[in-house]
Amino acid sequence: LTLITIATDGGGVAAVEEWIRAAEPTHPSLVDEWHEIPRLYGMVNVPNAVWIDEQGLIVRPSETAGSIDTVRTLDRVTLARPPEANAAAEAARAAYLNAVRAWVREGRHALPADEAVRRVRTPDPQAAAHFRLGEALHRLGQAAAAERQFAAAVALEPDNWNYRRDALARMNSVPGETTQLSAQGASAAAFWDAVDALGDRHFYPPVRIDDPDEVIPRRGDGSA
Amino acid sequence: METVVYEERVTCLAAEADRDTLWLDLDDLERASGWALRPEGVCRDGVCVPLADGGRHDLLRAVDGRFDLAGFARLLGQPVVRDPQASAWGFGPVPTTAPRGGAPLVAPDFSLPDLHGRQHALSGYRGRKVLIVSWASW
Repeated sequence: LTLITIATDGGGVAAVEEWIRAAEPTHPSLVDEWHEIPRLYGMVNVPNAVWIDEQGLIVRPSETAGSIDTVRTLDRVTLARPPEANAAAEAARAAYLNAVRAWVREGRHALPADEAVRRVRTPDPQAAAHFRLGEALHRLGQAAAAERQFAAAVALEPDNWNYRRDALARMNSVPGETTQLSAQGASAAAFWDAVDALGDRHFYPPVRIDDPDEVIPRRGDGSA
Repeated sequence: METVVYEERVTCLAAEADRDTLWLDLDDLERASGWALRPEGVCRDGVCVPLADGGRHDLLRAVDGRFDLAGFARLLGQPVVRDPQASAWGFGPVPTTAPRGGAPLVAPDFSLPDLHGRQHALSGYRGRKVLIVSWASW
């Protein structure tokens, strides 16, 4: 297996460098400043993951990569997760990683072509064009125009959290400083308003691994 | 001046714009979009769109030889967005033929840099399983 991590972050290298250096990755760790990968693969949040087989075919299109909706339980100042949410979050992460292992070792969980096609999410082209124009205007220093374009993208595709989150970070970040939500002030408030507005909808739609019985959490070290 | 974001290109140029049209001179057309006027039509990367038939010659204005990039985008089925206050236009990707139903999903190739500026193409990992995972600082 080759793991490729991609920072889909409009802040580019400046925003993600510190994180990559701290992680000391031994796999390709790439920077996607212009959100090419979310556009190509229909990603709508982070982390999202795609499985590609040896022939270069997508066998699981973009989907939530081991996360669950604990965002609703986070402390809105410290972003700390309450202990009671930890077990469920860890179990979801472990189940996803086990599914990846089962795919690598035994080819399990790869979807048939028609089902993979069915699950592909095609981004709204008009929303993507608005977002792209917003990114360009932001870099040209036209913040108000950028904000209008970001808002238009979000209005057309409200459940695309990549648009919301990246736009909020762009509009409220100081170059060279962290773009973490905890440091975003007013933008963080807008983020939490959007989370509250979700109602019963998911922030991270659950991954549908077709045969859950195949995903047996391994005992022991949990290494990949 | 108009700001034109055409796929990955960002160009600032003198143009004449109203709600539905963006008239560029032919040098700016090529600079902003990569499309160039040739005897066989409007061409880019070996693909030519003929202008003679179907009234498409409306895209080329006889009086000053300017070309309507917005009208051309509508012809191609490209998404077009505009911010009149900022004199800015956004053009999304030119649509390509969608895969047939039931056909396997070929992973679109891409090439992106790592922290050191080294490019990595997905196609370089053909023959191995690849897991792509996205993340962001926010």
